[in-house]
Amino acid sequence: MEKEQFYYDNKIVKMFLIATIVWGVVGMLVGLLVAFLFIFPNYMEGISWLSFGRLRPLHTNAVIFAFVGNSIFMGIYYSMQRLLKARMFSDVLSKIHFWGWQLIIVAAAITLPLGLTSSKEYAELEWPIDIAITLIWVVMGINMIGTILKRRQRHIYVAIWFYLATLVTVAILHIFNNLELPVSAFKSYSIYAGVQDAMVQWWYGHNAVAFFLTTPVLGLMYYFVPKVANRPVYSYRLSIVHFWSLIFLYIWAGPHHLLYTALPEWAQNLGTVFSVMLIFPSWGGMINGLLTLRGAWDKVRENPILKFFVVAITGYGMSTFEGPMLSFKSLNAIGHYTDWIIAHVHIGALAWNGFMAAGIVYWLASKLWKTELFSKKLANTHFWLGTLGILFYAIPLYVAGFTQASMWKQFNPDGTLVYGNFLETVTQIMPMYMMRAFGGTLYLTGFILLAYNVYKTAKAGSTVTDELVEAAPLKQISPSRAPNEKWHSWLERRTVLFTILTTVAVLIGGAVEIIPLLTVPSNIPVISSVKPYTPLELEGRDIYIREGCNNCHSQMIRPFRSEVERYGEYSKAGEFVYDHPFLWGSRRTGPDVHRIGGKYNDNWHFNHMYDPRLTSPGSIMPSYPWLLTNDLDISDTEAKMNAMVTLGVPYTQFEIDKALFLLRNQAEEIEKNLRQDPEFVKNYGESNMQNKEIVALIAYLQRLGTDIKKGETAQN
Amino acid sequence: MLRFIKHHFDSIDNVEIYPIISLLLFFAVFITMLFYVSKIPKKNLEEISNLPLEGEENNNDYE
Repeated sequence: MEKEQFYYDNKIVKMFLIATIVWGVVGMLVGLLVAFLFIFPNYMEGISWLSFGRLRPLHTNAVIFAFVGNSIFMGIYYSMQRLLKARMFSDVLSKIHFWGWQLIIVAAAITLPLGLTSSKEYAELEWPIDIAITLIWVVMGINMIGTILKRRQRHIYVAIWFYLATLVTVAILHIFNNLELPVSAFKSYSIYAGVQDAMVQWWYGHNAVAFFLTTPVLGLMYYFVPKVANRPVYSYRLSIVHFWSLIFLYIWAGPHHLLYTALPEWAQNLGTVFSVMLIFPSWGGMINGLLTLRGAWDKVRENPILKFFVVAITGYGMSTFEGPMLSFKSLNAIGHYTDWIIAHVHIGALAWNGFMAAGIVYWLASKLWKTELFSKKLANTHFWLGTLGILFYAIPLYVAGFTQASMWKQFNPDGTLVYGNFLETVTQIMPMYMMRAFGGTLYLTGFILLAYNVYKTAKAGSTVTDELVEAAPLKQISPSRAPNEKWHSWLERRTVLFTILTTVAVLIGGAVEIIPLLTVPSNIPVISSVKPYTPLELEGRDIYIREGCNNCHSQMIRPFRSEVERYGEYSKAGEFVYDHPFLWGSRRTGPDVHRIGGKYNDNWHFNHMYDPRLTSPGSIMPSYPWLLTNDLDISDTEAKMNAMVTLGVPYTQFEIDKALFLLRNQAEEIEKNLRQDPEFVKNYGESNMQNKEIVALIAYLQRLGTDIKKGETAQN
Repeated sequence: MLRFIKHHFDSIDNVEIYPIISLLLFFAVFITMLFYVSKIPKKNLEEISNLPLEGEENNNDYE
């Protein structure tokens, strides 16, 4: 058959490559700022948009969606065209995808520091941006499927299956986790509450790690590792097993994120079993990646790109071994809420995602600009700085996690806690935080070397973007199975069917986990003393969300002796029924606050927010002086309550009509309390504190966990 | 007090069915897949696994 001539679109790959580098530097830099806030909590004093609670989501979003996201798209646009022997379906769609994604990132970089957040981890962006993400994702999907349909290659290589699984699963996860009711242009409430919201969030959270940070990158591994090593993948059979078991298993392993919190045992056990089984496909994948280098290990010594790949794949193996380990109840009890989790995710982010991206960037730089890499030596330096950075980052945090978890649990013979003051367990691990910041600095330095290296390569290289190739068009053959054709081989060329099957696989996994959840609200024992928040408390809760308090403080006391002793009565599912969204948190940099209500007086909270070191010397919490000067915005209070009513919170019409009156009354009451302190009168006697944000926040904190203290128990 | 939060799902009718469905499905899919994978002829596998290496480009800049 006559060959057709066509061009590969290299320009779009270059654009994503540059975006990967730029956002990589930004995301890591924000990470470093955040790491330094642990050591110098005051150095951003008074700048609300640079406080920890707002920067931390910016760091995670920038690294996950901007850095890794762009690196995935870079690899997908390069490898898809070549594996399918076709230019991308539409240049216009490619451009919309690129610029749309960058705009979303910019929107995130503006809104998150402003405190516009839905508070759900890795899904913090508010509803207009969520919609934009959905649209851009659809554009990418059309572009990918369109390219597959006009391909010149009969069979679809395994990398593309991983891309397709990513496409459908991320879409499903994103939509279901971000179902929210808008109150205004930048404020919405999750339609789920409490336990249900937590389950949906961590179904999303776990699978976002799987399908955004893992499956697409595995696709890249299956293309770029053979490409760079110049030998086919070790076992194509294993890659098929890897693929199907991975997508079936991953989606079911969600519940383990909430082990030991208020969840039923069967969900915990199910999560544990599946998490342990996850080891098999992921290690199958790791072995497949590493053994692709069989007979080429001498090249690893010579070639910095292969070095990056080897450490990346090893990191993948490490974190996928650790994940299932963390699902064991006993280990989870240590890992949950401590720095172990932070170390764990950074092995994934720095080694697996960061080093895969770096290797691919170096390789593509010389391909795209058609020249040798500017400096192999510099790439080697980057490799060693990065590897040391990973070690200096992760090892201290493993130590910190174990140290802190064991300190939380130590009892004196008389039954009191050895470290009754939470702060002691923080000051103990400060040296670890310093080493972590040092590790992060090394890693970022290495990455800046990459940026410089690529810049020099691009300057020296050719500016020709498109690449002429020729390939024979695909002969039309029957869509049905040929007599001798094997089932999987047939399936591989029936892409649309294949995509549908993948979707079904993912949906079944999701459904099995989600259906019981939908019936949960009616199965949570009603605690009659648990009432909706007052208008002022509701506003205070929104300030808590805006400041990102849940990034450091959990609201979920586990039923352990050590936690009940430290914080009070453990948390009940029935206490969260009006929490849209849930605010359980995932890391205790500070103590749990679920029973903080009534523990201290209003003045303590006032002083603590103004400067945490006044009440707790040595605290690493940031100061929130702006809460004392910002007027409380009450323009949306009624709209917020109406939204809550729509979501099923039983506010009466009277309460909504009288919302502002009730709010002012409660605020006045708090100001009266504050004025009992002569120091307060001396310093703030003239200011009308009842109109300030701090009062709403105090109202919320004083309410937390108090409903069941009233001596009421459940009626179940 | 533990039982207070532990059994919210017990009151859902036949809740055990979900983990059972998922387990059975997983094993069915897994075994079927293993069977088919073992049946793919070596020739086809080699052909497909060489796909990334095709093309006019030189893949060995560092050799």
